[in-house]
Amino acid sequence: MSERRVDEHSGVETTGHEWDGIRELDNPLPRWWLWVMWATVAFSVAYWILMPAWPGLHGYTHGLMHNSARANVARQMGELQAMRGAQAVKLKNASLEQIEKDPDLQSYALALGGSIFGDNCATCHGAGGTGGKGYPNLRDDVWLWGGSLEQIQHTITYGVRTGEPGAATTQMPAFGRDQMLNDGQINDLTEYVVALSHRPASKPAVERAAPLYRDQCAACHGPAGTGDQTRGVPNLTDSDWLYGSSRQDIHDQIWNGRGGVMPTWGRRFDPETIKALTVYIHANAGGQ
Amino acid sequence: MTVVIDRTKPPEPPSGAAGPVSAAERVRQKGSGGGLYKARVPIYPKLVHGRWRAIKWAVLIATLAVYYVTPWIRWHRPEGLPQQAVLVDFTGRRFYFFFLQLWPQEVYFITGLLVMAALALFLTTALFGRLWCGYACPQTVWTDLYIYVERLFEGDRNARMRLDAEPLSFNKAWRKLGKHAVWLGIAFGTGGAWIFYFHDAPALIRSFWVGQAPLTAYISCGVLTATTYLLAGHMREQVCIYMCPWPRIQGAMLDNHSLQVTYRYDRGEPRGPHKKGQGWEGRGDCIDCRACVVACPMGIDIRDGSQLECINCGLCIDACNEIMDRVGRPRDLIFFDTDAAVAARAAKQPAVYRLVRSRTVYYGAALALVSGLMLWGLANRTVLESHALRDRNPLFVRLHDGSIRNGYTLKIVNKSFYPKAVEVRFEGVPNARLKTPGAAASADGVLRFTVDANQDQSFRVFVIAPPGVAAGNTEAEFEIRSGPDKAEAKTTFITGEGGR
Repeated sequence: MSERRVDEHSGVETTGHEWDGIRELDNPLPRWWLWVMWATVAFSVAYWILMPAWPGLHGYTHGLMHNSARANVARQMGELQAMRGAQAVKLKNASLEQIEKDPDLQSYALALGGSIFGDNCATCHGAGGTGGKGYPNLRDDVWLWGGSLEQIQHTITYGVRTGEPGAATTQMPAFGRDQMLNDGQINDLTEYVVALSHRPASKPAVERAAPLYRDQCAACHGPAGTGDQTRGVPNLTDSDWLYGSSRQDIHDQIWNGRGGVMPTWGRRFDPETIKALTVYIHANAGGQ
Repeated sequence: MTVVIDRTKPPEPPSGAAGPVSAAERVRQKGSGGGLYKARVPIYPKLVHGRWRAIKWAVLIATLAVYYVTPWIRWHRPEGLPQQAVLVDFTGRRFYFFFLQLWPQEVYFITGLLVMAALALFLTTALFGRLWCGYACPQTVWTDLYIYVERLFEGDRNARMRLDAEPLSFNKAWRKLGKHAVWLGIAFGTGGAWIFYFHDAPALIRSFWVGQAPLTAYISCGVLTATTYLLAGHMREQVCIYMCPWPRIQGAMLDNHSLQVTYRYDRGEPRGPHKKGQGWEGRGDCIDCRACVVACPMGIDIRDGSQLECINCGLCIDACNEIMDRVGRPRDLIFFDTDAAVAARAAKQPAVYRLVRSRTVYYGAALALVSGLMLWGLANRTVLESHALRDRNPLFVRLHDGSIRNGYTLKIVNKSFYPKAVEVRFEGVPNARLKTPGAAASADGVLRFTVDANQDQSFRVFVIAPPGVAAGNTEAEFEIRSGPDKAEAKTTFITGEGGR
């Protein structure tokens, strides 16, 4: 196997390895290849000394340059905050109206508000802000708690039905579940509400429900059913229904008296973020 | 069974080779002597004087002047904008060229310029051979400059050859060191000038020396210093012969009627040494003095005919003319001539020169077409541009009164150097109202914005169609006007099932 042979054509000694009559020449390594190998060896030694390299039982070798990817990220995040600083200060000192009127500040607020909305609000209100059954649509011009800049800011800051002082709170009684009204009365009231929203309804039922509505509902929803935005009471005469517009939906709502909860975002976000979010929602709803 | 091809010996000459030998065969016989790789044979071009050398000096000075001076030309632009006439502003994403300023989306102007340059190169090559290679190519210009420096330190051809053959001495050492130092200086100047095209030159030259310039400036400067020093100092003609694709491509542009530096063998052959007082009858004008060969920066013999290495610089013309003057024969034994004309004269027929040929007509027409398109594009370039991005979620919003609202992000580009007050209208939906955050809906259907100078800005725009609008999608467009300038942005208005 390791018999020494010299190739007759090239005059170079072979390694003795042979495949199907082809013998491998024992040429020396190219000089450049050798130097590259030694260069990589030298590089790795320098790397061990300068950079974090070897794991130990308690931690690792830190290297002379004290490089740390984790510290780099922390520093970059700090720089990002510092960079935002200028715009954030402007945001802090400007009123909501000023933010909306200043094109630069407005686009900054829209960008910041858009990303905050996507991360925190879209879960319930949808990525496009159009809501769903039980979650208000933030894009149209119908507002439970008011659609002005200040009203939106207040709602976001304190939330809805969170128990937080200042939070918007209103509670519709669960007329059926709590046995305040019987099933027949609730069916009559359902017809009454359908009639309020300008849809055909059973006349005798509406007549039977009129005194019930006056006694149980008018205090909040108003004698004409137009609601009251200051207390978050929905308008029953329009075509916008938070919990659905069908007779079954209306019946269920009178029976259960559902009321959604929105978190108190003032506990999580700084005032600047809430300002940006307010401008984002207000601007995209067309602005009232 | 293995067949071993021996490449260590030159190929056998063809058996029974008698009679005339082609130019290509002569080259092959003189050639490398076999082997897969050829070691560089150093070339010591001899200095010549004459018309073509003078033109070459002039082009060298002109092109280098353009390269070094251009970044330092100032150009007045409004406050806050670069005051440099030619500036490729990568961070600001603009290209400034005197009165013109291009945006990234207008890169087709650069493409057009490159196409024009290529076509012009094709046309000149088809007409006059490789004028670009011989006179204007940076490789030629810098190599010429480097040879000039080499000559300053080491003398002309014979002195340089002697010096290289000498053992190392103080004389040799200082000459070599001085040459390389000046070469490196020129290389550094080349790389240094390059970076001024990308940053404000007066500011950069200050920050460069105190280590405050961007890292890319140092890297670019270093890379160009290295390439200039290596390509112009050490590799020289090897760049043209082995690295550059153009010598291979130009074969497709040249034909028998292209003017190239040509040895007029009809006049020169048969060649041979000539003693003073001998007659010139029965022989050619070429006295085989090899003046054309020693002057050639590519190290070739032009008498072997048109060849890949020849860059058409014409230095052999000057070299030969000196000799012709001395021996009292007419000048221009080597000259810009065509293969067809020389062949015709050799056959005792009248020489015909045809500058107008199908290929020159095609190249000329294509060049005229692209130039015309570029001029038309520049003349019709607008400073106002607009795009409408319609909201995808929600596609539309139904308001409580039954009207339908669509949201758009309107991007308006102001390429002028001054803020522009623009009026935005929406065409395609009757009686639509326009609204933007921070302002009430416009009463006259017009929104007014101010777009900052040299900026593109985004505006949120809502279009509200009145109740009763038809169902479906409507083709619509935003119309943006600012004085005489106008831009349109096509879009769609979506109403779903229509307004109620």
